[in-house]
Amino acid sequence: MQQWLIAWIKSALIEVQEYVKLCQATARGAVTRPFYWRDLVTQMEIIGLGSLTVVILTGLFTGAVLALQSGVTLDQFGARPYVGRLVSATMVKALGPVLTALMLAGRVGSGIAAELGSMAVTDQIHALRALGTDPVRKLVVPRVLAGFIMTPLLTAVANTVGLIGGWVIAVFQLRVASGLYWSSVVEGLYIEDVYMGIIKPFFLGLVIVTVGCHVGLRTSGGTQGVGRSTTNAVVAASVGVLAVDFFLTRLILSVLYP
Amino acid sequence: MTIASTAGEAARPAAATVEPIAVFEDVHLAFDEKVVLRGVSFAVMPGHTKILLGASGSGKSTILKLMLGLLKPDAGRIWVHGERVDTMRERDLLALRDQTGMVFQEGALFDSLTVGGNVGYKLYGETDLPEEEIQRRIEELLGFIGLDEYLERMPSELSGGQRRRVAIARAMAFKPKLLLYDEPTTGLDPLTALTVDAEIVKLRDLEDVTPVVVTHQLRDAFYIAGHQAIRDPGVRLVPAPPEKVAEADFVMLREGKIVFEGSADELRCASDPYLREFLS
Ligand SMILES: Nc1ncnc2c1ncn2[C@@H]1O[C@H](COP(=O)(O)OP(=O)(O)OP(=O)(O)O)[C@@H](O)[C@H]1O
Ligand SMILES: [Mg+2]
Repeated sequence: MQQWLIAWIKSALIEVQEYVKLCQATARGAVTRPFYWRDLVTQMEIIGLGSLTVVILTGLFTGAVLALQSGVTLDQFGARPYVGRLVSATMVKALGPVLTALMLAGRVGSGIAAELGSMAVTDQIHALRALGTDPVRKLVVPRVLAGFIMTPLLTAVANTVGLIGGWVIAVFQLRVASGLYWSSVVEGLYIEDVYMGIIKPFFLGLVIVTVGCHVGLRTSGGTQGVGRSTTNAVVAASVGVLAVDFFLTRLILSVLYP
Repeated sequence: MTIASTAGEAARPAAATVEPIAVFEDVHLAFDEKVVLRGVSFAVMPGHTKILLGASGSGKSTILKLMLGLLKPDAGRIWVHGERVDTMRERDLLALRDQTGMVFQEGALFDSLTVGGNVGYKLYGETDLPEEEIQRRIEELLGFIGLDEYLERMPSELSGGQRRRVAIARAMAFKPKLLLYDEPTTGLDPLTALTVDAEIVKLRDLEDVTPVVVTHQLRDAFYIAGHQAIRDPGVRLVPAPPEKVAEADFVMLREGKIVFEGSADELRCASDPYLREFLS
C-alpha cells in the first residue's frame, strides 16, 4: 500500500515536471525562430471555426435557461424586468468562459491528444525529429497559440449568443419588452465584469491545449494508448479548467474589486 | 533513370581519413524493468555497409534510434560524425541530423501530408532550394520507387509496401552521409525489394551514403554486401570483388548483446548453433 502510494506520487511528480518543461519549451518556441506560420493558421481554423457550432449551441441554450430560471426567481420579488441583468452578469462573468472552455476541452483537448498520440505511437514524432524538426515548435506552439487566441473569441461568441438566447425567452415567454431587456443587460455589466470575462478565457485556452499536447506527446502503448490518452486529456483539461477558473476568479476579484 | 545517375553532380573526394562515421562503446539501455541493450560496442566505417541481424525484440530498432539521438542510453558512449550524440542537447542534434537519415520500420509517414509533401518534407521545410528544383527532385524520387502517380495521394490510401517505399524516398531526399534503414524490404515483393537493395548499393558507392541496414531478409543482406555500383558511363550493378565484399560487416544481436560480428563469408561459415538456426 505504502509502496504503491510512493510510486503513484513519484509518477505524478514526473508528470508535473514534464508538463512544466513542455510549457517552458513552448514559451521559448513561441518567441524564437523557426516559427511555423502555416501550421498556426491551420490550427486557428481547426480550433476556431471547427468549434463554432458547438460553442454557439452551448451559449444559446445556457442563456435561455438562465433567463427561464431567473424569471421564476425574480417573479417572487416582482422584479421580472431585471431578467437581463442576471443573464448578462452570470453569462459574461462565470458561465460563458467556463462552459466554452469545458466544451473546448471535450472537442479540442481530445482531438489534440488523439492526433499527437497517434503520431507518437507510429513513430511520426521520432520521424519529425529525425528530419531536423523540433516537434514542440512544429506541433505544440501553433496549437497553443491558436488556443490562446481562439478561446477568448469563442467565449465572446458564446456570451453574445447567450444574451440573444436570454432575449428570446425574455421577450417571447416572460413577456418583457425588448428594449427593457437590453438596457437591463447593459446595467448588469460593470466594466470589471467585462475584464473578468475577457481575461479568464486566455488562461483557460492555454490550460486546455497544453494539457492536450502534453498528454498526447507522452502516449505509449499503441492504439489502446491513444484511447487512454484521449480520455485522460479530456478529464485532466476539464478539471484543470474548473480549478484554474476558481483560482483566477479569486485573483481577479482581489485585484479588480478591492 | 535513377537518382544516383542524375544527382551525382558534386563528386566528393574519397574519404581521406578512416575515422569511423559512428561508434557505439559499451552501450546499455533499459526501458523501466526491461533491459534491451547490455554492453553493445561496434563501429561503422564510412562507405562500409553495416548489417544488423537479430530476432524480433532484440533491440535493432533501438540501436538505430540511439544513433540518431532519439533515445538516450543509460550508460556508454555513442559518437556519430565525430560528435557525442548521447550527451548532446536536442537543439544541436537537430542540426547534426542533416547528415543522418532514417527509414522507420513502419514508415512513420506524416498522415496529414500528401506523398509529395512527405518526400519533400525536409527540402521544403529546412532548405531554401527553389520550388521547381524541389518539385523535380520529388518527382524523380517517386519515379525511382515506382509511385509517380501517387504524388497527391494521402499516406492512408497506400498499401503497406507503398508506404515503406515512400518512407525510403523521404529519407533519401536530402542525401545524408549516414542512412539507417529499419527493415527496408520487409513486406515488399522480391522485385521491389531488389530495387531497394540496388538503391542502397548505388547511394553507398556513388554518393557516399553509408548504410546501416536492419533486416531479417538474409537474401537482401547478402545482395547488398555482394554487389557494387559502377558508372561506365551508365550506372550498373556488378558483383563486388572479394575485398569489397569483406567491407560489409554483419552484426548479430541476441538478448541485448552482440553474439557475432564479421563479414558475409564468416557468417556463412559460422558454426555457432544459434547462428546456424537463424541462418537456415
Ligand atoms: N518505448 C518503449 N518502451 C518500452 N519498451 C520498449 C520501447 N521500445 C522498445 N521497447 C522494447 O525494447 C525491445 C527492443 O525493441 P526493438 O524495437 O529495438 O526491437 P527490434 O529488434 O527492432 O525488433 P523487430 O525486429 O521486431 O523490429 C523490445 O522488447 C521492446 O519491447
Ligand atoms: Mg525493429
